[in-house]
Amino acid sequence: MMPVEQAVGRPVGAAALLVLAGLFVTSLFVGVGEVSLGGAFTDPDALYLIAASRLPRTLAAVLTGAGLAIAGLVMQTLARNRFVEPTTAGTGQSAALGILLVTLLMPSASIALKTLVASLTALAGTSLFLSIAHRLPPTQPFLVPLFGLVYGGVVGAAVTFVAWHADLLQFVEIWTSGEFSGVLRGRYELLWVSAAMLAATWIFADRFTLMSLGRDVSVGLGLDYARMMQIGLVIISVVTALTVVVVGLIPFVGLVVPNMVSRLMGDNMRSAIPWVAGSGAALVLVCDIVGRLLRFPYEIPVGTVLGVVGAAAFLWLLFRRPAHA
Amino acid sequence: MRDRSTIVLAALGLTALACIGAFMTIGLRGNIAFALELRSTRLLALVLVAISIAVSTVVFQTVTANRILTPSIMGLDALYVFSQSLLVFAVGGLGFASLDPRLKFAGEALVMVALAALLFLPLLRSRVDLILMLLAGVTIGVLFRSLSSLLARLIDPNDFALLQGASYAGFGKIHGELLLAAGVLSSIGIAIAWRMRHVLDVLALGRDTATGLGLEWTRVVAGLIMLVAALVAVSTALVGPVAFFGLLVVALGERLIDTRRHAILLPAAALVAIIVLVGGQTILQHGLGGVSTLGVVIEFVGGLVFLAMLLHGVRR
Repeated sequence: MMPVEQAVGRPVGAAALLVLAGLFVTSLFVGVGEVSLGGAFTDPDALYLIAASRLPRTLAAVLTGAGLAIAGLVMQTLARNRFVEPTTAGTGQSAALGILLVTLLMPSASIALKTLVASLTALAGTSLFLSIAHRLPPTQPFLVPLFGLVYGGVVGAAVTFVAWHADLLQFVEIWTSGEFSGVLRGRYELLWVSAAMLAATWIFADRFTLMSLGRDVSVGLGLDYARMMQIGLVIISVVTALTVVVVGLIPFVGLVVPNMVSRLMGDNMRSAIPWVAGSGAALVLVCDIVGRLLRFPYEIPVGTVLGVVGAAAFLWLLFRRPAHA
Repeated sequence: MRDRSTIVLAALGLTALACIGAFMTIGLRGNIAFALELRSTRLLALVLVAISIAVSTVVFQTVTANRILTPSIMGLDALYVFSQSLLVFAVGGLGFASLDPRLKFAGEALVMVALAALLFLPLLRSRVDLILMLLAGVTIGVLFRSLSSLLARLIDPNDFALLQGASYAGFGKIHGELLLAAGVLSSIGIAIAWRMRHVLDVLALGRDTATGLGLEWTRVVAGLIMLVAALVAVSTALVGPVAFFGLLVVALGERLIDTRRHAILLPAAALVAIIVLVGGQTILQHGLGGVSTLGVVIEFVGGLVFLAMLLHGVRR
């Protein structure tokens, strides 16, 4: 934690943590079932509601936000482009394709097996994207994200096509729309694996930072480039697949958060990781709370809220940033 | 050169007629008169959509001086769906349902034309980097789709389904009651585009040359963008958004006739569009079962074509 504190200073870090804690508590107490702050400790019903529904939901939002933001950060390093992230460059859609296929071939598969297959297809989809992205001329920084968006659309069309023929269109629509309303105790625990992926990113952070200098430079500095590429791909794919399996597609988190953090803090990954993870968690928490309040007592999926917020933020990034990405 | 394009156009025309014939006759049984009436309504809608998309894409590509831009890649049909949600939001679910569909369509088309002018004229005038513009367009599309679904949920949970039908492409369900209004609007649009075919040739020479030849560039382009917006409104109202269809048929048509002269390109693209749409619909309807999957297949193939053109264009 030292570099962060040196760079930004202890008070800012403490304030950020306080904001995150505030959001966490707010998320626990927003909802249709009334729970007062005092009631949480005395009323057994309220206690049960919090333990079974509110706490899992809040934790899921935190884990998803942090995981997706980190996955975006890693993906931007591997693609050497600031404007890509898993759900806008085909990883999410590839994971959805995997879930669909495993549902078709083995309807009784456990959720863990589904995640595994989804991770594998996400891995394949992302590898293909990256191998093409690396061949695109570096003079056209916006070509990579454009390619990614359309590539994701093509994979998505394949998903829709298969789903249509298997009469699973509704299943896919429910599965891929990102929302936390179905998250209960026992339905989200798999997401803790993305915390492990976060730890892995932390361990390899310095090597990822080297990778962002490009293949030749990093190999010259003694980095096993191919190996790091594989590790990065696994991190991206597992986090994205987990998210798609448990809560659905949540766009733009991995895009907006790392860009904002890098704008404020620079590109040293190790010092950026806690900020990226924290901001990602905060962003998803805020959007989930907004989605719950906007049309109380009905809910708006967090994926929809983030589609609006994230797309607007992305456009802002595109036109604010000078052309060299 | 002239001869070749005439022959190709004639061949395309014949193929299109064959597709139309097949669409009308294959698998016909039961009450023939009723079936024919039903089919001709759907055929009319498909042909209208095909021509509208082809013409709007050609005009848009000429105006923006680029062959991989289409109105829908730039998010124009998402804009139409958004204007529809906006209208429901303004008058309420019940009001929306009780509105005259033609009046509703006119209102939506109007909102759409205004928004398109507001959004795309500054973007075109500033002449930013093409790839950046494309990326911005795709993102604007995402933004409008998200905004639409947000509005759709804000309106009323019970009316949610009302709008959802409009938000994804389906050539199987066609909103027949709009046919007359859409037909009139698109006929006017297509006629204007056809009359301006020589102006379009001049525009294609680039902004400076066109201005030098006495064209009021800004005024003409503004008018053309609104024309494109109106045509997109027609096709989106009838079948919903289709991202890559226009790109696919214009690229195919251009390859076949080997020229960008609008007097030939416009009919060629329109004919290819009719062949793909009506022919594809016939094949899927009778061969492969799922009628509504045509939109998905076009999306898939068109997306691949787009990627190929993008990569090819960059390498060159």
